[in-house]
Amino acid sequence: MLRFGTARLGGRLRMTRTVALLALAGVALLAFAGDGGDSRVPVPKSPIASDAGARCVEDTAFMRRNHMELLKHHRDRTVHEGIRTTQHSLANCIACHASKETGRVTGSKEAFCEGCHAYAAVKLDCFECHTDKAKAAVTASAAATAASDGAGQ
Amino acid sequence: MSVDRGRRQILAWGAAMAGVTIAPGITLFDLAHGRPPAEGVSNNVRWGMLVDVNACASDCDACVVACDKENGLSGAKTATSAQWIRKIELTAPSGQTRSLPMMCQHCADPPCVDVCPTGASFKRADGIVLVDRHTCIGCRYCMMACPYKARSFVHEPLTDQKTDVPRGKGCVESCTLCVHRIDRDQIPACVEACAATGHKALLFGNLNDPSSEISRRIAAVATVQVRADLRLDTGVRYQGL
Amino acid sequence: MNHALPGSRSPRAFWALSVLGALVTAAGLGAAFFMEEHGHIVTGMNNQIVWGLPHVFAIFMIVAASGVLNVASIGSVFGKAAYKPRAPLSALLCIALLTGGLTVLMLDLGRPERLVVAATHYNFTSVFAWNVFLYSGMYAIVAVYLWTLMEKRMGAYSKAAGVAAFAWRLILTTGTGAIFAFLVARQGYGSALLPPLFIVLSFAWGLAVFLVVQAAMYAWSASTVPATVHARMRNLLALFVIGALYFVAVFHLVNAYFARQLAFERFLLVDGGVYPLLFWGGYVILGSLVPLALLWHPRFATRRATIAAALLVIVGAFAWLYAFILGGQAYPLDIFPGYRVASSFADGQVNAYVPSMWELVLGVGGLGVAFLITVAGVRALPFFPRDDDVAAPRVAAAE
Repeated sequence: MLRFGTARLGGRLRMTRTVALLALAGVALLAFAGDGGDSRVPVPKSPIASDAGARCVEDTAFMRRNHMELLKHHRDRTVHEGIRTTQHSLANCIACHASKETGRVTGSKEAFCEGCHAYAAVKLDCFECHTDKAKAAVTASAAATAASDGAGQ
Repeated sequence: MSVDRGRRQILAWGAAMAGVTIAPGITLFDLAHGRPPAEGVSNNVRWGMLVDVNACASDCDACVVACDKENGLSGAKTATSAQWIRKIELTAPSGQTRSLPMMCQHCADPPCVDVCPTGASFKRADGIVLVDRHTCIGCRYCMMACPYKARSFVHEPLTDQKTDVPRGKGCVESCTLCVHRIDRDQIPACVEACAATGHKALLFGNLNDPSSEISRRIAAVATVQVRADLRLDTGVRYQGL
Repeated sequence: MNHALPGSRSPRAFWALSVLGALVTAAGLGAAFFMEEHGHIVTGMNNQIVWGLPHVFAIFMIVAASGVLNVASIGSVFGKAAYKPRAPLSALLCIALLTGGLTVLMLDLGRPERLVVAATHYNFTSVFAWNVFLYSGMYAIVAVYLWTLMEKRMGAYSKAAGVAAFAWRLILTTGTGAIFAFLVARQGYGSALLPPLFIVLSFAWGLAVFLVVQAAMYAWSASTVPATVHARMRNLLALFVIGALYFVAVFHLVNAYFARQLAFERFLLVDGGVYPLLFWGGYVILGSLVPLALLWHPRFATRRATIAAALLVIVGAFAWLYAFILGGQAYPLDIFPGYRVASSFADGQVNAYVPSMWELVLGVGGLGVAFLITVAGVRALPFFPRDDDVAAPRVAAAE
């Protein structure tokens, strides 16, 4: 069906392929060359609003890797089964992590969610639907419920 | 006879006054006794609503205002505004006019659930029909399928949503029976508001519990489902229609 | 390296065509992006009219995609010799149109970025969910069919592949009709006649598109369609147009008399304003009766008349789809039969719809996608029908 014909055409194609491979190799080298011990872009440190003990419900390294999984499972349980425990609920996260000044988790590079997501270049989809503002009343009761959720049940 | 009636009336009024005064924060009706937060819903409960059309006033839209406020809707009535509940004025062929609220009927056999390609439109075990906005792709097929035109589509980016009611551009939504309140053993905002006005045209409760007020009323008076010919077994019933 | 057309124009002309197609497609993509950024508020669609002009384009392309494969089926399944050389082109057009239609449909979603969700979450009571499989299966089957048609060694299997493709697209078009047929609450839809109606419409629309594309290709390469082939296809188009007209008539009769949707039928056919205009003027007269005259009247027995007829059938298709999709939504949903109703949510009112430019550009962009695929395919592979009874000059495929 498709005939590539002449040797000259084949030679052009070969050259293109070689150039493309070289370019790819170059990009890959650059990627590896850059980082390592000293990052040029500092990992964001986001101020946290909560006065409720200043400890997250899980430890930081775990959260950095797995918070999306926690949120995803929890949201399915909440939406489909009406389970509204607060330990892993988004509203509770926001209540603690909202910035002291703005009361939000997005809106600037220092904001909790947006700061890390901008650094990691991962698009945030949650706040098209969820409010990024802390519900003031949640803060106090959330700490209490979170404690009893963790302890009891 | 008349003495008894007078006494009964005083008692009834007294109870009503007390109820109305302390209504806002307290459940008026016998709900499924506080489900613990970590336990999922089950079909032991089936939430339903009874609308007394005779008690519904034409010039009152307290239910609509309450719904807008509770769920963070704009309250605007443009062609692209979300309206989860609306007042419909009916005129019978005889000329008689009535007024009633129309919202998602929370059918047991919902057409919107049938047609949703991703299963975002679903029925919770306790009978509430909801849209899982994490899965909704915004195809609007459910809006075509709903016999009550209960669904709205969000046509523009939103901000300042209520914490308990996430909603956003590109997804379809409808009355949730205030599921976030029900899960906290409260009643829907519209029911509460209607009671506060004194009309008390809306009654909310567990259809699966024969001793609940709504079940007793449905057993006692004639009620209809709107578009009963479609046999959807709606959770919202109308009395006096 | 032009396999495609004997005596054809220069490669530059092909590139010009491709650039044109790419520009139209890019405009469509731009419109889709704008709609997604700002939300559907920039369109004419709202809470009463939820499916608009993009759906008219999309459904036309999807139905025509299924129908255009008919040409191949008549060759492979029914063994008519005149159609066999046309089968590969018909299959290419099927893929091109299907892609164009699906592009428009998917870009009009409220959340087009959630296509992965659509591909991983299925609710099998939904025709849309079935359609995901029907459409992807269509691609696979047509690809295999094309292979059996164009690869000499696989020629023996082309009949089996043709039968499979024929059966699959009947199911697919049934699915397209079922989208509307299952809307039991709507007066304008909810009818068991819709799947067969869509199938017959697909025959007519698909053949019309094929005739137009075929004529363009022959004109581009300064050839003529053989007279016998032309005569057969012309008669076939007339037959399909009559068949479609029949089914449309029966559909409306049943809706009026059996389903007793008299008020709706009166709206659509008599006093609904733009909808009766489009239905009678656009579909019945321009899209069916005038083409029939052009196809059958001895005075119009020319190739030009046939192409004019085919183009008018396509115009009629858009008119019918607009009246069907929009008219069904414009008429108020009857929630309380027997009552007059009014509300803040347009209960009891006829709903107005004014399509926005974005929707038009998106729809045309889908046509651009189909055009691009056709041009690219025709340039790269030998889709030009090779007739044995040659009235057309043929250049040996030399490089």
